Amino acid sequence: MSDMVDNKKYKSKSRNALIGKILVYVILLIITIIMIIPFLWMLSASIKSDREVFMMNPFVWIPEVPKWDNYAKIWTKIPMLKFVENTVLLTIVVTFLQLLTSSFAAYSFAKLEFKHKNGLFLAYIATIAMPWQVYMVPQFIMMRSMGLNDKLMAMICLQAFSAFGVFLMKQFYEGIPSELCEAARIDGMSEYKIYAKIMLPLSKPALSTLTIFTFVSTWNDYLGPLIYLKTESKKTIQLGLKMFIGQYSSEYGLIMAGSVLSLIPVIIVFLCLQKYFVEGVASTGLKG
Amino acid sequence: MDEKKAAQIKKLETESAALMQKIREESDIKKKQKLIAEREKKQRKLTAIRNNRILSREAKRDLVAYSFIAPNFIGFAVFTLIPIVFAFVLAFMNWDGSNEITFVGFDNFMKLPSDTFFVAALKNTMIYVVGTVPLTMIASLALAIVLNQKIIARGLFRTVAFFPYVASLVAITAVWSMIFHPSKGPINYLLLTVFGVPQENLPKWFSGSLVLVTLILFSVWKYMGYYMVIYLAGLQGISAELYEAGSLDGANTWQKFKYITWPQLRSTTFFVVVMLTINCFKVYDIAVMLAGGSDGKLSTSATVLVYYIYQNAFNYWDLGYSSAIAMVLFLIVLAVTLVQFRYEKKLEA
Repeated sequence: MSDMVDNKKYKSKSRNALIGKILVYVILLIITIIMIIPFLWMLSASIKSDREVFMMNPFVWIPEVPKWDNYAKIWTKIPMLKFVENTVLLTIVVTFLQLLTSSFAAYSFAKLEFKHKNGLFLAYIATIAMPWQVYMVPQFIMMRSMGLNDKLMAMICLQAFSAFGVFLMKQFYEGIPSELCEAARIDGMSEYKIYAKIMLPLSKPALSTLTIFTFVSTWNDYLGPLIYLKTESKKTIQLGLKMFIGQYSSEYGLIMAGSVLSLIPVIIVFLCLQKYFVEGVASTGLKG
Repeated sequence: MDEKKAAQIKKLETESAALMQKIREESDIKKKQKLIAEREKKQRKLTAIRNNRILSREAKRDLVAYSFIAPNFIGFAVFTLIPIVFAFVLAFMNWDGSNEITFVGFDNFMKLPSDTFFVAALKNTMIYVVGTVPLTMIASLALAIVLNQKIIARGLFRTVAFFPYVASLVAITAVWSMIFHPSKGPINYLLLTVFGVPQENLPKWFSGSLVLVTLILFSVWKYMGYYMVIYLAGLQGISAELYEAGSLDGANTWQKFKYITWPQLRSTTFFVVVMLTINCFKVYDIAVMLAGGSDGKLSTSATVLVYYIYQNAFNYWDLGYSSAIAMVLFLIVLAVTLVQFRYEKKLEA
């Protein structure tokens, strides 16, 4: 008797679980569609002619005659190569400087004792909640007086030294046992060696996370380059693309081809580093 | 130098020893106390000189630490700290960037309430924040909970959810303006043909009162993946034992969420809300790209605070006024953050 009741209960439970599972997948499917459709649309429109882009009846994802030459034309219509060059240079330099200087400073804040430590760290913390937009104007005036106006160098100075990077790396280093450093110190290792030989190799998740954030934000930045970079040959891909959209607002196929090109590098970087990503966010205390 | 120091130490030591002898011999309490104080003074001097050597070891340690910090801190101080101070000062000045700078006190701030464009920008920014923050939070939490379960192709789903965050704004807003195009876009086409909305009532997504709704929807779509990752990290910090205990007590899914997940995620939610609020107040590029048309000019219905900061600085070269608006932005962000910190503390107590 009691067996039967249990059995029934078990059955209804497993049926509930099944319904739950199905529900989860339905929700997931809907969200995925919402997330992915704009990208598919972008890909599809990038090989269509301007007339085909908005053709709804019948709507096709891949046109009968794909216009691959949209991808060729975009390089000649605007100095796309120059934009890509500038953006790649800028992003790589900024990301490299950010990783190097942040992890360097963070090691000191996390593992060394020194005078004014709290005061210095407070200076970093206090600016995290300060939107860049609040001081972008005086910053521009200052850079201009240093002769950095309309130079890629200005963008590097602007983005390479963030409080965010130091904070993120420090949180991560604090999770690494100090005994490791102590042991190395007793063995006579200098602090620089401890940083290079012990801490850096251990911080892959945090470095990956910081790389993704820095790469994405530098690559996609719009307001910064808009303020600083005026000459066409200095512009980044975001500015160039926006300029193109402004001038040829009805060349939908070309706009989409340019957009696809501008997405490829960030997506590659993200896909390469994403396996460390959730772990990185978890261990850097970014979850609060 | 070292010899001099050694001699000094030796001299102090003998003096101190002599005083000690005197103290032992002295019987008058008052005089004895005086001598003790004198000896203590000598002792302190002695340790100070000895400390000098220790201090220099400390100084060496400090120097190593500073050498780690310096590359970042110098850049940070020059390009962030100094401009911040400058921004505070500038808000009380009148300056066009080249002519003489004059102090005007609170004049810039007094002008704000009667500036209709500023009021509109403030109002729009507020509406945008109030709409975006809760929606993004709920959506990212729900997504994180779903993606934290054992499901097929979990990694793939997570990656896809993160795509919009990674995607460049210019590219992705270009797609949105096409999909939501008022006369040609597929969304309005669906509304027309499938839902039977009459042609003249089709929503104009990028103008009038609807533009803020579009901005909010877009932001939720773009940023939910990012906050999802933060929530995922938070969810992974909850011990599985809590859920097992809940199951044993017969808790259903909703109860588990209400009594385990939600309270356990409190600090994560706090972080998400603070970051979301700060980021939402900074809104600029989304508005310019979705509602700005080909020349990137925003009308009163779509203007936001940062846009007006930019306009005043780089189009009108009224740097003082621009900085005053920036201060308003800063004070609001500061106030909101403080209130949230307060609230979090109260919950903890």
